[in-house]
Amino acid sequence: MTQPVSTSSAQTFPLPEGLPGIVADFSSDQRAFKNVPWGKAMMWIFLLSDTFIFSCFLISYMTVRMSTTEPWPNPSEVFALTLWGKKIPLILIAIMTFVLISSSGTMAMAVKFGYEKNRRMTFILLLVTAALGATFVGMQAFEWTKLIFEEGVRPWGNPMGAAQFGSTFFMITGFHGTHVSIGVIFLIIVAAKVIRGDLDHERPGFMTGRKGNYEIVETMGLYWHFVDLVWVFIFAFFYLW
Amino acid sequence: MAHAQGQQHPIGIYLKIWGLLFILSTASYLVDYFHFQGYLRWFLIVTFMLMKAGLIVAVFMHMIWERLALVYAILVPPLLLMVLLGIGALEADYTFFTRGTFFAAATKAPAQHR
Repeated sequence: MTQPVSTSSAQTFPLPEGLPGIVADFSSDQRAFKNVPWGKAMMWIFLLSDTFIFSCFLISYMTVRMSTTEPWPNPSEVFALTLWGKKIPLILIAIMTFVLISSSGTMAMAVKFGYEKNRRMTFILLLVTAALGATFVGMQAFEWTKLIFEEGVRPWGNPMGAAQFGSTFFMITGFHGTHVSIGVIFLIIVAAKVIRGDLDHERPGFMTGRKGNYEIVETMGLYWHFVDLVWVFIFAFFYLW
Repeated sequence: MAHAQGQQHPIGIYLKIWGLLFILSTASYLVDYFHFQGYLRWFLIVTFMLMKAGLIVAVFMHMIWERLALVYAILVPPLLLMVLLGIGALEADYTFFTRGTFFAAATKAPAQHR
């Protein structure tokens, strides 16, 4: 038996690099993003739009914080926790940051093991990522509860100072928490697909006729890393500023 | 095709970046813990933030291994946000000035930026 000869002309020529590469890719009269599965390119474009949404929130927050004549509540004190009889500033937020960064690390490794078709490790790492994400949401729920019931923070006012503190806080962290929650659900779905062998056996997914493959783990990973990325900015601008 | 097998990189690089992100997060937390104030605080916060963001996008999201067409298509448009940032800052300063003039005048001395 001889191997069938490939008649495809795709990728026969080496792709140019650098600036000529950009021009060649965009003017190629084909898909512009070479070497990238379409699902991944679409996820990137979705994340770009999401970047604009979160940026609108953060820039609005900057605008109201700069323009208020009331003193802004000090986040370092508002988010302090008393642990072992000592008041530690911002400790809960720091732990949440480490939890989310760790989940990003396990996600990156899940993508790596996915491309190696290591079903078991990918599944375990995806579940660890989902568990860390759920932990993050749980801690956020605790934070909101403490803020609402103990500190008396409302979207329209709070006892510590500028009323805009509550509205921007609930808007920004609420939207971010929603992203994390959706991510956890999707992580569990992808983990189930991995362990069932849907991706190894190229079974079509839900609502699509396309064959399953491990690229969806990377696409999922892009979303998850983006959630972590947004938190980096929220942590810097809302909690530390 | 170089990417037929997807983005495959040694596990070591992910662990190293993970470690770096931990160090940078600790550093930005310590900025608050040691009560740095003023320009030093803002400079440190923004520096650590940009370093963390850069590491996540470059390595965890595989941007350094992608073709430039995708990199530019994704990373250039957010620069437009600088315009929105500028508009927001201008407007906020103006609002602050008017509030200071008309609200605070009746009660006490003009408000100061904190």
